[in-house]
This record gives sequence, structure tokens and C-alpha cells, in this order.
Amino acid sequence: MSFEPKIIAFLCNWCSYRGADLAGTSRMKCAPNVRPIRVMCSGRVEPLLILKAFEAGADGVLILGCHPGDCHYLEGNYKTLRRVDLLKKMLSQLGIEDERLRLEWVSASEGERFVSITDKMTEQVRKLGPFPRRNGGNNG
Amino acid sequence: MAKLKVALYWAASCGGCEIAQLAIGDKLLKLAEAADIVFWPVAIDAKYKDVEAMPDKSIDACLFNGAIRNSEQEHMAKMLREKSKIMIAYGSCAYEGCIPGLANLFNRQMIFERVYIETQSTDNKNNILPQTSCQVPEGELTLPEFYDTVKTLRQTVDVDYVIPGCPPEEKTTWLALEALIEGKLPPKGTVISHNAKAVCDDCPLKRDVKKIKKIYRNFNIIPEPEICLLEQGLLCQGIATRGGCGAPCPQANMPCTGCYGPVEGVIDQGAHFLSALASVIDSNDPEEIQRIIDDIPDPVGSFYRYSLPDSLLRGAIIR
Ligand code: SF4
Ligand code: SF4
Ligand code: FES
Repeated sequence: MSFEPKIIAFLCNWCSYRGADLAGTSRMKCAPNVRPIRVMCSGRVEPLLILKAFEAGADGVLILGCHPGDCHYLEGNYKTLRRVDLLKKMLSQLGIEDERLRLEWVSASEGERFVSITDKMTEQVRKLGPFPRRNGGNNG
Repeated sequence: MAKLKVALYWAASCGGCEIAQLAIGDKLLKLAEAADIVFWPVAIDAKYKDVEAMPDKSIDACLFNGAIRNSEQEHMAKMLREKSKIMIAYGSCAYEGCIPGLANLFNRQMIFERVYIETQSTDNKNNILPQTSCQVPEGELTLPEFYDTVKTLRQTVDVDYVIPGCPPEEKTTWLALEALIEGKLPPKGTVISHNAKAVCDDCPLKRDVKKIKKIYRNFNIIPEPEICLLEQGLLCQGIATRGGCGAPCPQANMPCTGCYGPVEGVIDQGAHFLSALASVIDSNDPEEIQRIIDDIPDPVGSFYRYSLPDSLLRGAIIR
């Protein structure tokens, strides 16, 4: 059986969740691998939540927020940008592939963009395979 | 009142925890009044077989320092757990893996090759690596098995209390020992220190608006006295680190490197600090953000200096 990745997507309430909703109500076809979690703002997605998602079994984590300048709370998405950049640098040191974590901007009217981002990420993570684990559990 | 029985042991550690225990000075005499020390390899001549012969739960408390990185340490942790009513993780290595835990950026093979073959000072023409067993004319020689991954004490046995620090400050050690002697230990699971809030809470340096445009390494600048080091661009982790030490490092112009572990309720100290740091970087421009971040050469070693084995990902993936 081919590997089906689990992708946790944090969608901000004001833009990206609505964008995803639009994709749904417009009956666009979209990879079913994405598990959306609605958050009030992409700025709510702390690095700890991202690592927790990986630890709990996610193969990829996608964060979608309002376009720069459009965040409902003014600067939440910029904060997310800084966090994700820094986290990516740290994850590469830990041997985690860059494609497993992605931050994109999707507005309420961009249903198609939502579909293309999620489809592309699903494809990339499918190629990478399951999230690698440190064999810490059983020593030796 | 019958005297308490106390054991102290070391595993993967640097020896600093023993120094910290001795550093409580004349309070050691108070400890000796209240307790018999039945096992303490650094100071008294008791053997493993003496511990083996002790009945289960006959030791009242064991202060265990050091991480678990080989089979001997794991064996001793399990044996001392069985023999002790209370198991205390003493110091950062036992608590979160600490400096020995940074070995989780590699695996056994990489470490062996580096240590026994590659280093400039090594002369090992036959590329001999440690074996768990080897035959010599006199018979079989054995060595403990070196593990791929460093574990914390809590990942190995049930732990009742933690005394944080690399090494724990004298006052933190005594806070715990006094509670033990007086029978006033806090609820199981407590990380014992004078302050469960962040080091910043103990730190007298002045905070203004935390916003930074450039990150410096310690040798790059001489910080202004009396001003928060993080605001001066140094990676001071007081904001994500449990207090109780009294913030000696920032008061000596050295950024807090995080040795007291995460603040209460946080499960991953590195991610917590990373988050706080990203929040104070003063830029919304992707290229400028990248430039600022480029000045952090080793995020894992900086943010997880003491806690890589205890972090959510435990270490690096080696392919
Ligand atoms: S960040 Fe460091 S220097 Fe600043 S207040 Fe906290 S402990 Fe003190
Ligand atoms: S200031 Fe930080 S590094 Fe220094 S003793 Fe306290 S917790 Fe440890
Ligand atoms: S509200 Fe959408 S990113 Fe902040």
C-alpha cells in the first residue's frame, strides 16, 4: 500500500480557514491528507505546537495565515514568519527535511490557492515518507 | 528519630554535581547528623555488591546525577530505584540530559569514529573500538554497552523529585535536603527550586522594550551594565528558564544558558525560547529576518544546551 501522509494544517480564522471553506463550498477537488485546525491567528501557532504535532504523528505541518499586511491582529503573521524561519533552521540541524514544515498566506477568496498548496505539500511529503523518529525508545 | 539512609550516585556527568554537593559546606555536617550516607562513590568506599545486598526500599532517598548513556548507568539507575523510597534527579544531566545529551545530535558510530579514530591526538592505527566483551589470556574482559541515544533519568526509571541546575546552586541543594531531613518534601513530581517563574523574575537587569535588530555571540560585544542582555542582542534564555538560581549569570554579564530547565508547565525549553526570541526580533522583512537569524550559528546547541534528550524530538535524525 502506498504511504498516505498525515498533514496537520493550522488555519487562521480570518483568512485561510475561509479560503479553505470556499474551496469546499465551491466543490474543488483537494487531497484528503490535510487535517485542518482552526486558530484565531497564525501568530497563535507556537513552535511548541508544531513540534508537538510532529511528535504526535504528523508527517508534515502546514501553517496558513493572512497575507502580509492583512492579519486581523496586525502583526501576528509576521511573528509567525520569524518563528518558522528560525524553527526551520533548527529542524535542519536535527535532520528534518525542509518540506515537512511550510508557511503560506491564503486569503478568504483564494480557494484555489488553498487547493494547490495542500496538493503540492501532500505530494512532497508523500515522497519523503513517514516523519523520521530518533530511535530513542529502545536503546542499543 | 532513626537516622535517614541516603545514597548518592553519578552516571553520565562531569563531576560538577559532586562539587555542588560538597559546596553546601558545613551544612554537610547537618546532613550527616540526620542521615547515614550508605553509598557515594566519590567520597566513601562502598561497592556495587554492597548496594545489591541492601533490601528493597531500605534507602530513604537517592540523589542520582548524570544522564543514562550506557548499560551500566541504566543498571545502576534501576537498582537504586528498587532500593530507594525516594528517587531524586540531581542536576541537569539526570533531569534533562544536559551537555552529555548533546551527543543526541549524533549516534554511537559517529561518536566512536570521532573519539577513537579521527581526533588529532588519537593514535589508533588498527581502528580499535570499544567492545562489550573481549578475550584475553586471563579470560573475558567486559565493558558496559554504549548506547546510541542518551536518555534522562525520568526516561529510564520513575523519579520522585528533581533538583535542577548545572550544577544546582548550593541554596537549591539545601532547599531539597532540608525538606528531606525535616520530612517536609513537596508533592511528588516537584522540581525543587526557590522560584517556579522565569530567571528574569530573579534578574535585576533593566528591561525596556524587548526588540533586537542584531544577535551577538558573547565574544562579539561587551554588554552595557544594568541593561537586559537579551535586549542587547545576546541569547539570554532567562525568559524561558526556571528561576531559583538567583540569576548569577546575567549579573556577571553572561547570558543565561538555561541550566535550570524549562519554566513550570513548559514541556520543551528550546521551542519556548525560540518562540520568545522570534517575537523580539525587530523586523518584518523576510530577507532582513534571515540575515538576523544567520547570526545564530548553532540553534540546537544554544536553545537545547541542557535539554536535548528531554525535548519533544529527543535528538537529530541520523541517516
Ligand atoms: S533576559 Fe536575561 S538579562 Fe534579560 S531580564 Fe531575563 S535573565 Fe535578565
Ligand atoms: S542564570 Fe541561567 S545558566 Fe545561570 S545558573 Fe541560573 S539558570 Fe543556570
Ligand atoms: S489573523 Fe490571519 S494571520 Fe493573523
